[in-house]
Parts: sequence; structure tokens; C-alpha cells
Amino acid sequence: MNTLILVIIGIVVAPLVGGLIAGLDRRITAWFQSRQGPPIMQAFYDVAKLLGKEKMVVNQWQILCAWVYLIAAAVSVALFFAQGDLLLVFFVQAVGAVFLVMGAMAAKSPYSQVGAQRELMQILAYEPVLILVFVGFFLVTGSFSIEAVWQLDQPLIAKMPLLYLALGYALTIKLRKSPFDFSTSHHGHQELVKGVLTEYSGPYLALVEIAHWYETVLVLGLCALFWSTNVAWMAVLLIGTYLLEILVDNTMARMTWRWMLKRVWLLGMGMSVVNLIWLYAG
Amino acid sequence: MFGSFIKKSRAKSPWIMHFDCGSCNGCDIEVLACLTPLYDVERFGIINVGNPKHADVLLVTGTVNHRNKKVLKNIYDQMPEPKAVIAIGACGNTGGVFRDAYNVVGGVDKVIPVDVYVPGCPAKPEAIIDGVVAGLAKFAEKVEDAG
Ligand code: SF4
Repeated sequence: MNTLILVIIGIVVAPLVGGLIAGLDRRITAWFQSRQGPPIMQAFYDVAKLLGKEKMVVNQWQILCAWVYLIAAAVSVALFFAQGDLLLVFFVQAVGAVFLVMGAMAAKSPYSQVGAQRELMQILAYEPVLILVFVGFFLVTGSFSIEAVWQLDQPLIAKMPLLYLALGYALTIKLRKSPFDFSTSHHGHQELVKGVLTEYSGPYLALVEIAHWYETVLVLGLCALFWSTNVAWMAVLLIGTYLLEILVDNTMARMTWRWMLKRVWLLGMGMSVVNLIWLYAG
Repeated sequence: MFGSFIKKSRAKSPWIMHFDCGSCNGCDIEVLACLTPLYDVERFGIINVGNPKHADVLLVTGTVNHRNKKVLKNIYDQMPEPKAVIAIGACGNTGGVFRDAYNVVGGVDKVIPVDVYVPGCPAKPEAIIDGVVAGLAKFAEKVEDAG
């Protein structure tokens, strides 16, 4: 019964939180540029407007892919809230990510194609890091279940600080923020005209946007697990991490995918492996 | 209830797309000036997108000529309904100083329906923002009429 309530909370509350975070993000970004910025509810206005627009698709695949992306993101958040298995969460969100790419590949437009290729590169960069982080969870708690994390009496971050930094890379890529925003440029008038999202329009773009909110909450939820023993510190950790994300986003230019692979694989996976060895030996 | 939220959101989140039909660049630079911190149109939820499939409002600057009228029509057709078109500057409205040239068709309304005309040579950023706001009111009406 409890699990069911948690699942419902996950499915309903997560997108609301994700949307608010997106709105706050734009406010803070505007503040960095000494502008005023849009209202905090802006993300919801955008999505509501998109939902009310004409349904235009290049082909039927896009409809399916947008829906699968959304459903996979929602299911992974639901599993996360239900204290499920981390590996299951991981695989479900990976399915969603792949379907987004497939939807973009289904259209012939070069922007969408290039965006899809770059998105694949991004997936290739962050998925191994995520898996290594989950391995870290396993080494500390002895199980892949989230429930085991709550039973710890010492926060995970004390045992896996380097893995947390590596997860930061995955977070930046997953949120598609600079310097890793090359599959969907932040601003639509740049060289890619929104990359993977180019051919999604109207209600389907809205679905993709909602799925993105779910994913934001999912990755932030993973970060939250690192300080599971104290709610106040968990909040500090999350807010600090997200502010740092925005700062990095605003101070970095977009890089190439080669740079990303080098950085994330060498540094991110290097740090993860060092941390894993330390956990294993210690 | 959700329907009325969608209707309200339309006016709060106009994504604009800017198409230059052979302007002298005077009007374009003013359109882009709207996005700078001084005018900060993002306050109103306006985003400058580069993709007609994401856009709600099409801002057209410059005179339409025989070569780019097809492009203009094509871009207009790719925008999902509801949409609005705003012609900017003397050139966008009527053809401006170039209206007598042999290759010029005239204003934007010769090719696609225009909702709002923003005068000026170049149009001021304030006038452009006003134009977008007026355009939103227009398309709210259009949606109302269509039911
Ligand atoms: S209206 Fe004036 S400033 Fe604008 S494009 Fe025409 S000539 Fe240039």
C-alpha cells in the first residue's frame, strides 16, 4: 500500500518539481546576465501552450517515440520512488533515452540527424558513469535496492565522494547543459536549431519536455541518496549541486563530443574506478 | 479548467521566429536588440527560436522579392496553428524604399496573412515588443472565434 502511494507521489509530484526547477533555472540564469527573466511558472506555460497546438508530425514514429520516452521516464521515477532496484531504474531510463534518439532519426532533416548522433554520443558518455555509481552503491550497501541506502547510518558521500563528482558529469550531460549541450543547443537559433528536438513540435515537444522534467528529478534523486541520513544536509547538497550546474552552464561554451568523451571517460570514469578500488579494498 | 490554462498560457509563452526577407539588416538588429538585457523580452516568456516548427509568432523584416517569397510561404506553412505573423519596418509593411524595384513583390501581406504591422525604419525595439503583444491579443481572438 505504502509503495503504491509512493509511486503515485512520484508520478504526480516529480514533473511539478521538475517544471519548477526549470523555471528557477531560467530565473537564476537571467540573474547571472543581469536580466529579470521569466516568471517561475514559465515552464508550465510553455508546456501548456505546446499541448494546445496543432498536431504536426513528420511521420508516425515520432508519436510513438515521444510517448515511449515520456512513459519510460515516468516509470523510472516511479520505480525510484517505490524504493525499487537501481539497475531496473537505470535500464528503464536508458530505453527512454534510446527512443528519443530513434524519434529524431526517423526524420530526414539533417539537424535532427546530427542531433541524434550527438545524443547517442552523450548516452555513450554518461551511461557507464551511472553504472559505476550504482556499483559503488552495491559495494557500500551490499545490494542494488534503494531501500538498503536508507538503512545506512553514515552518508554515502563520505564513502564515495569521487563517485559523486563523476555523477556530476552525468547530471550535466543528462540535463543537456553547457559544456555538454551539443545535442540540443540551449538557444534554438544556434547551429543545430535544437538538434534532436528539431522535428518534434506542438504536443509531442511538450511530451518530451515533461519527460525531461522527470529525468531531472530522477538524477537529482540519485544525488539525494548520497546524503540519505539527514534531510537538511540532503537539501543543502541538492541545492548546492544544482546551483553549481547553473554556474557551469553559464560560464562554459559548448564543446565537441570528442572533448566530452575524453573528459568524461578519463576523468569521470577514472575517479569512479579509483573510488571503487578504495571501497573494495577498504 | 485545463483548456482555459492552455488559452492563458498562449499569451504567456510566445516563441518567436525571425525571418529576414532581404532587409538592410537595420530591422534585424533591432529585433535582436529586444533579446539583450536592456529590453529582456524573456521577461514575457518570449524565446527566439530558430525553428518554424516550434514557433508561435513569425517576425518578418524586409521586402519580399520573387526569390524569397517561396521560402517565406514554406516557413509559414511549417508553423503549427495557432500562429501569428508580424511584419516589421517600412519594408515589411509595404516594400518601403525598395517597393519600386523590379524584383520586389511588396509587403509581407502579398504572400502570407499579416496580423500586426510594426512601422518604422528601422522599427524601434519598444515598437516590436508592442507588436508582439498586440499579435498575441489577435491570435487569442482567432482561437476564440475558431472555438
Ligand atoms: S525598414 Fe528601414 S531599417 Fe528596416 S529593413 Fe527596411 S530599410 Fe532597413
